[in-house]
Amino acid sequence: MNFSEVFKLSGLLCKFSPDGKYLASCVQYRLVVRDVHTLQILHLYTCLDQIQHIEWSADSLFILCAMYKRGQVQVWSLEQPEWHCRIDEGSAGLVASCWSPDGRHILNTTEFHLRITVWSLCTKSVSYIKYPKACQQGVSFTRDGRYMALAERRDCQDHVSVFVCSDWQLLRHFDTETQDLAGIEWAPNGCVLAVWDTCLEYKVLLYSLDGRLLSAYCAYEWSLGVKSVAWSPSSQFLAIGSYDGKVRILNHVTWKMITEFGHPATINNPKIVVYKEAEKTPRLAPGRLAFPPPRAAAGVASPAETKYEIASVPVSLQTLKPVADRANPKIGIGALAFSPDSYFLATRSDSVPNAVWIWDIQKLRLFVVLEQLSPVRSFQWDPQQPRLAICTGGGKVYLWSPAGCVSVQVPGEGDFQVLSLCWHLNGDSLALLSKDHFCLCFLETEDRVGTAFGRPGDHT
Amino acid sequence: MGEWMTVTDPDLSSDSKNICQYTSETKMSPSSLYSQQVLCSSIPLSKNVHSFFSAFCTEENIEQSVSYLDQELTTFGFPSLYEESKGKDTKRELNIVAVLNCMNELLVLQRKNLLAQENVETQNLKLGSDMDHLQNCYAKLKEQLETSRREMIGLQERDRQLQCKNRNLHQLLKNEKDEVQKLQNIIASRATQYNHDMKRKEREYNKLKERLHQLVMNKKDKKIAMEVLNYVGRADGKRGSWRTGKTEASFFLRNEDEMYKILLNDYEYRQKQILMENAELKKVLQQMKKEMISLLSPQKQKPRERADDSTGTVISDAEEDAGELSRESMWDLSCETVREQLTNSIRKQWRILKSHVEKLDNQVSKVHLEGFNDEDVISRQDHEQETEKLELEIQQCKEMIKTQQQLLQQQLATACDDDTTSLLRDCYLLEEKERLKEEWSLFREQKKNFEKERRSFTEAAIRLGLERKAFEEERASWLKQQFLNMTTFDHQNSENVKLFSAFSGSSDRDSLTMHSRPRQKKPQNMSNGSPVCTSKLTKSLPASPSTSDFCQTRSCASEHSSVNVLNITPEETKPNQVGRECANQKWSMASRPESQEGCYSGCSLTYTNSHVEKDDLP
Repeated sequence: MNFSEVFKLSGLLCKFSPDGKYLASCVQYRLVVRDVHTLQILHLYTCLDQIQHIEWSADSLFILCAMYKRGQVQVWSLEQPEWHCRIDEGSAGLVASCWSPDGRHILNTTEFHLRITVWSLCTKSVSYIKYPKACQQGVSFTRDGRYMALAERRDCQDHVSVFVCSDWQLLRHFDTETQDLAGIEWAPNGCVLAVWDTCLEYKVLLYSLDGRLLSAYCAYEWSLGVKSVAWSPSSQFLAIGSYDGKVRILNHVTWKMITEFGHPATINNPKIVVYKEAEKTPRLAPGRLAFPPPRAAAGVASPAETKYEIASVPVSLQTLKPVADRANPKIGIGALAFSPDSYFLATRSDSVPNAVWIWDIQKLRLFVVLEQLSPVRSFQWDPQQPRLAICTGGGKVYLWSPAGCVSVQVPGEGDFQVLSLCWHLNGDSLALLSKDHFCLCFLETEDRVGTAFGRPGDHT
Repeated sequence: MGEWMTVTDPDLSSDSKNICQYTSETKMSPSSLYSQQVLCSSIPLSKNVHSFFSAFCTEENIEQSVSYLDQELTTFGFPSLYEESKGKDTKRELNIVAVLNCMNELLVLQRKNLLAQENVETQNLKLGSDMDHLQNCYAKLKEQLETSRREMIGLQERDRQLQCKNRNLHQLLKNEKDEVQKLQNIIASRATQYNHDMKRKEREYNKLKERLHQLVMNKKDKKIAMEVLNYVGRADGKRGSWRTGKTEASFFLRNEDEMYKILLNDYEYRQKQILMENAELKKVLQQMKKEMISLLSPQKQKPRERADDSTGTVISDAEEDAGELSRESMWDLSCETVREQLTNSIRKQWRILKSHVEKLDNQVSKVHLEGFNDEDVISRQDHEQETEKLELEIQQCKEMIKTQQQLLQQQLATACDDDTTSLLRDCYLLEEKERLKEEWSLFREQKKNFEKERRSFTEAAIRLGLERKAFEEERASWLKQQFLNMTTFDHQNSENVKLFSAFSGSSDRDSLTMHSRPRQKKPQNMSNGSPVCTSKLTKSLPASPSTSDFCQTRSCASEHSSVNVLNITPEETKPNQVGRECANQKWSMASRPESQEGCYSGCSLTYTNSHVEKDDLP
């Protein structure tokens, strides 16, 4: 495992291009585009203000930089560095900006969700979509880029509009049986739209592309409901994480629940492997002292290295007592993600913040639990293989695969706190983002992976 | 009363009646004791009475007193004191005999009365104590009654309190329920109000939004604009088309078409998948059916033979089997036509299989039960013996492995001397080596001993052979002699016949070894079994010259204490097997340098003892 040198970064804005060739990162008001392999700067664009959001177009030809404070969006072209485009939303303000899947239109959401402006880069046309709903996930594109579903609120009633992305025509418009719609998401095959209600009510609705209600699912009533939703890449399963600390998995044939994954704080089943991150005690065995002390040891502030230990069951995980009298209590399934081959599901229960639960979807049971020393900030699956990268805001990145797991210290001067990470398209590198810096982590290629992930409990 | 009856004589029945009356009186009267005494004392001769009598009769009034006494006595039913007068005029004479008889009777009566009185007194005492006891009991019971009554009152009180509490709680519950209801109502009203408010607010918000939108839009905001250097081409290379009313409709239709196409594709894909899955499942089902049939077909013959209940199903199955192949193509048809048949047949097969399995289970359980009933004890014993044997064997094997390992290590250590690690190992093994050397020397000594023994054994065997020959000759002569004297010594003869049978050659020896076999199985019971064994041995070898050698070997065995118990068998006595046995012993010694010493030495000691004891028997 190799690490690149550390580059400057601001606002955690660092993204691989969709074709995997480039890496865009922001430093204040500058946008830097590098080659992924050489990491040399290919282009340097200067924006008008501090960049708050960047996004690659789907064809990797353009990058949009949003400056919400100014209400402006600047678009840069990789092919023609001199080409530029600036969109000003004027007094309407700007709170969100994104590409349409064709990479030629930009959707800007104005302040107060007054409207969504669709700017075309091909023609001078501008279209408006009124009544977008201000919610957690109000816009969803199908994976093939053909359709866009938009959550709307009209006359105190939730609606969903399905647009054809090629010409922004309204295809379907239907009202949903939700109290206060919280999010929508297309299934990866683009035929089913999952709609879920606000956390006050457990309600998940499934609509066909043509607006028919396929099914409605409600696990329980009178309690806080859905917290997170994820489709499996095969569109076969819909995983719903809720505030009761359970993940429920619906199937795509009957849309009924197949199974329920609880997240108990103690694990008794001896079949479940529990990896516990533990601080490595520095062993000063005679003969093992390297004569020139390693750099990590020389650094004064270097944190202790850690390793994974296989805990023997029963294991009790650290739990967090939720504060009852505050909004957004730290309970429930805050994050869940399917592996690209749909074989595994990784979840995080917010009441057990240090643990990542990995479920075997083939056997529909808990497979592995990773317990970190500090709360898990985010995790992401390798797009190519079942390999999960986890960061906890410390100086380490953690990787899990069915063969085992490793904890890797990010080298470098000072403290590199990994706040976020994102995988490269082909899964052989990983961008690690801290508050002010980022670096790339190159993983071994296929033939050397075997040694890196040789056996469970092989700790680096 | 009954006691009284037993005490009184039958000829004193009248008195007894009186006394009965007394006792009944005494029982009635409250001051019983005293009066009885008085009444009783009227009959016996107490001091007072004596003095009274002395006053009663004086010189002067003998006549009167006699007559008085006579009267009294006659009234009590005694014969008269006077002689029966012949004539009326004649003075009646005092009949001394009658007087004495009367006195005697009175005395007897007196004694009896005294006895009775004693009895009554003891009875009285008994009754008194009984009374006391009963009174105590009564008092105790009364106390108990009191306490239980108190308890009952307490419990009642508690019950009342609890009921009271319960009532209160019920009241509270009702209140709470009411409150809950109230609160629910409030919540509901609040919720409706909230919803209403929310809607109102949202409407207001929407209005404001609308207004804001208008303001933002109407401002003719110059700022809302896009600056583009030049427009880029569409990603798909097409040119943007202008929307007109006409084209819009067609666009919409095209979009619809596309959407439905996508949906259709998806459904087709899913249908295909489901079909594939179905086909797989059908295949599995079919295979299962086939396997079931094949599994059950050998089974079918049996029930056809013995049972008549399942023949119908069997026949139908056979028919189905016949039609199976022709129908196989039907699986590919739509499910509905085949489904019923398939499920039915599978169900049927399954039922048969189930019943079959159940039957088997029953059989197994029966067999188990029978087994338990028949040979529970025996099998257990066997088991124990077997386990013991196996444990012993395991131990032997372990020890052998250990020694082998040691030898191997030794060899290795000697083989790679140059290596430092081996040196280290050598150091480590030095002690062990020394020990091994000691053991080796011991073994050698033992080996020598054994060889000596072997030699002596062979010698003994030779001697034995010679002796046997001599003995047989002697026996022949002796038999001859006996035959001649048969008529004179009968019972001696019978003994000799027994002896003859004991000595009669190889067949008997076989029986001996047969005897020894079962004992080999349980070496722990050696000491128990040994006397029998040895007695037989000694019988078979009456004046064996090798007994001393025997003893020697035994003692040797006890010394070294590593002799396998299994080897201490009567077979050893056979001279032609001695050599092999010795070899065996050696082997066992080599294999087990340290074994359960006490047990074996004990065994062998008992062996020798018994041997010595029985030695002079014949």
